[in-house]
Amino acid sequence: MKIRVKYTKMGPLRYIGHLDVMRYFQKAIRRADWDIAYSQGYSPHQLITFAAPLGLGITSEGEYFDADMCSVTSGADMKDRLNRTMAEGMEVRAVVALDDDAKTAMAAVAGSDYRISFRDGYCIPSDILSGISAFYEQEEIVVQKRSKTKEMQMDIKPFLYALSAEDDAIFMRVSAGSVVNIKPELVLEAVCRFMDVEYQRFAFRIHRLETYMRDGNGELVSLLHAGKEIP
Amino acid sequence: MEKLALSDEILMQIEKPARYIGKEINSIIKDPSDIEIRFAMCFPDVYEIGMSYLGIQILYDMLNRMDDVWCERVYSPWLDLDAIMRKEGIPLFALESQDPIRMFDFLGITLQYEMCYTNVLQILDLSGIPLLAAERSDSDPIVIGGGPCSYNPEPIADFFDIFYIGEGETVYRELMDAYKRNRKAGGSRLRFLEAAAEIEGIYVPQFYDICYHPDGTIQEVCIRNPHAKQKIRKQVVMDFSDTPYPMKPIVPFLKVTQDRVTLEIQRGCIRGCRFCQAGSIYRPTREKNVEQMKQYAMEMIRSTGHEEITLSSLSSSDYRALPELTEFLIEEMGKKKVNIALPSLRIDAFSLDVMKRVQDIKKSSLTFAAEAGTQRLRDVINKGLTEDMIREGAMKAFQGGWNKVKFYFMLGLPTETEEDLRGIPLLCEQLAEDYYTIPKEERSGKVSITASSSFFVPKPFTPFQWAAMDSEETFLQKAHFVKEEFKKQKNRKSLSYRYHDADLTVMEGIFARGDRKLAPVILQAYRGGCIYDAWHEYFRRDVWEQAFRDHGIEPDFYIGRERSTEEILPWDFIDIGVSKAFLIREWERAKRGETTQNCKQGCSGCGAAVFGGGVCLENQS
Repeated sequence: MKIRVKYTKMGPLRYIGHLDVMRYFQKAIRRADWDIAYSQGYSPHQLITFAAPLGLGITSEGEYFDADMCSVTSGADMKDRLNRTMAEGMEVRAVVALDDDAKTAMAAVAGSDYRISFRDGYCIPSDILSGISAFYEQEEIVVQKRSKTKEMQMDIKPFLYALSAEDDAIFMRVSAGSVVNIKPELVLEAVCRFMDVEYQRFAFRIHRLETYMRDGNGELVSLLHAGKEIP
Repeated sequence: MEKLALSDEILMQIEKPARYIGKEINSIIKDPSDIEIRFAMCFPDVYEIGMSYLGIQILYDMLNRMDDVWCERVYSPWLDLDAIMRKEGIPLFALESQDPIRMFDFLGITLQYEMCYTNVLQILDLSGIPLLAAERSDSDPIVIGGGPCSYNPEPIADFFDIFYIGEGETVYRELMDAYKRNRKAGGSRLRFLEAAAEIEGIYVPQFYDICYHPDGTIQEVCIRNPHAKQKIRKQVVMDFSDTPYPMKPIVPFLKVTQDRVTLEIQRGCIRGCRFCQAGSIYRPTREKNVEQMKQYAMEMIRSTGHEEITLSSLSSSDYRALPELTEFLIEEMGKKKVNIALPSLRIDAFSLDVMKRVQDIKKSSLTFAAEAGTQRLRDVINKGLTEDMIREGAMKAFQGGWNKVKFYFMLGLPTETEEDLRGIPLLCEQLAEDYYTIPKEERSGKVSITASSSFFVPKPFTPFQWAAMDSEETFLQKAHFVKEEFKKQKNRKSLSYRYHDADLTVMEGIFARGDRKLAPVILQAYRGGCIYDAWHEYFRRDVWEQAFRDHGIEPDFYIGRERSTEEILPWDFIDIGVSKAFLIREWERAKRGETTQNCKQGCSGCGAAVFGGGVCLENQS
């Protein structure tokens, strides 16, 4: 049986890299004594895949992984067992069952929500917040997008699904996943340029709120949407 | 929950910030207002190395079982953070509380290898603790050293308030109580050190003066405080059944060097190899109860979630219940999909069978710690391994499907000749020839034999503690000679040879048998920028050489001469149970090429029977 797990990564644990988070959950699942499926061979490994990697230093309450289970108890029980062995800052929010033919979390990822707040001692928040709506109303937003191998010009407007100023923070919904992955830092750089404020990497605290997939109608829905409660 | 000693800006610009945030599973958080003593336990190397070390896990667990003590961890900041902390004046902190080390009552530093000495100074310096014990005040933590290098603590004696000589499980409670009593009485640092000096196994170096002969050897050790003891008796655990073991070891977030459960099945070694310090200082050999080991294994796998377990001991093949324990582990760990990593076992029918069941033969290799290339030299070092044993073991393995062999050798052993050096490639060649006697269809492809050699360093409390050590030049000549000899072998394409760095080995040799005259050299090297010397890429030879010259120290005094058995050695004030008379006897037998039976074959009267347990008693019954 395939299941999907939603968890948070908060506080100092934002400094644990993606590969280490994967190792962390493999050990946590053993401690929780989940009946997870293993690969064959001399060094069997757990059948587990993660959704969207989270950059170092970013907190999140919308992280996901999928696992193949040999057997399950109830979703609530599995959640509790894992939560009893979590490090402070990691918390399991939900455990749901997936259909056998469900896309993996990694393949399904289509978007992410972020809340960006301001760190003291850098730019003045109002200098940026005041220009958010004007920035978002532009016809096109062309940025330099860097990948491992190349650098190219790209209009990110179509992939910026929402952008707004809240009381003391910026909210954004962006395209994520294997097709077009927009990092929040890329948007923030463009906003700063637009407002003629120097972009400072440490001026912003980035927090991921949720990770999305698309439903049958092409609407963005939480990755949990693919799952069913395990009674 | 957000308390971090380092800012986001710093954590984001350094490598692997997870080294510095704590919060690992099974780490212990206490409320500082509930406890009386704060103890920082340090391994003076990078986190991934330090976290792999069992000893700290044992002491961390033991100290935290005490209600009035909170033990936290600290490791050497990597070079990137080191530079930032110096520039910005950030004090070194403990991982759990993120509080500065300077506010702790104790800073314990484990000394696992000589090349960590500048890292010890780095720890003190970044903590804001005066580097010299003599310059510390009542508000500074008490700095304690322990571990193998404390069996000759003299080169770093000036930097420590206390050395704990021996196994950590015995007198820490006593030490903590003495500390509390002294504080209650409003006593000074000096009063506490005096009280500590009266505890068995505790050495307070500042209470001793060393006088030297004009030739630099020790003339006399004078006690300058009436509380100090003439001899320090090493501490040993004689009953493991009620000695705490870390059932919930800390699980790091980062992938560390030993990312697995370590089950210590025995302490000490019966073999009596004459070059081996561990084989001497951990006498007598003590086996742990197998039922307890099974229970520990299950509990530690449950509490950590590790996917691998390994056994720890100096010679697991000598653990009598090994077959029973491995059967149990193969059965139980198999159910939990936990790998079993075998320590190097003596190659025989039993170990080959076990290896076959827990590893992929195609990927695994046989390991022989032959140490020397000829039987004559193996007898000199009392390595109870004959060429026939090696060949028979290897042949069995070859027939069982193995085709990879690893050999460990040492160059520069006492009495070594060209013949012995030539013996190394010849032994490897012999194994290759043996392999090819197996019909083609019954063997698995080409054989691959890898020999690697380190350079021999004479260590305190071994029969070779009086031996001269080769110079760097001689080491390298020998290594090149061996390499050339390898090229002459018929099966050279199946053989490969590697050797260690000679420059670090020489430094290790100087400090291993050094005295207090070396402290200013270490201090100057550190001030000149040396840290992480054990990492060859950061070893700054020029700075060290300058430091030796500036202090008029001739390294050859420590390594190049054979010492007389009459000479007072810097570590003679330590009593490890094994007598000097026994070591002298062994040194003489070695020179004559005579072997000595191991502890299970019969008692050779080393002196460790004084502890009244372990293998010494097994023999009597």
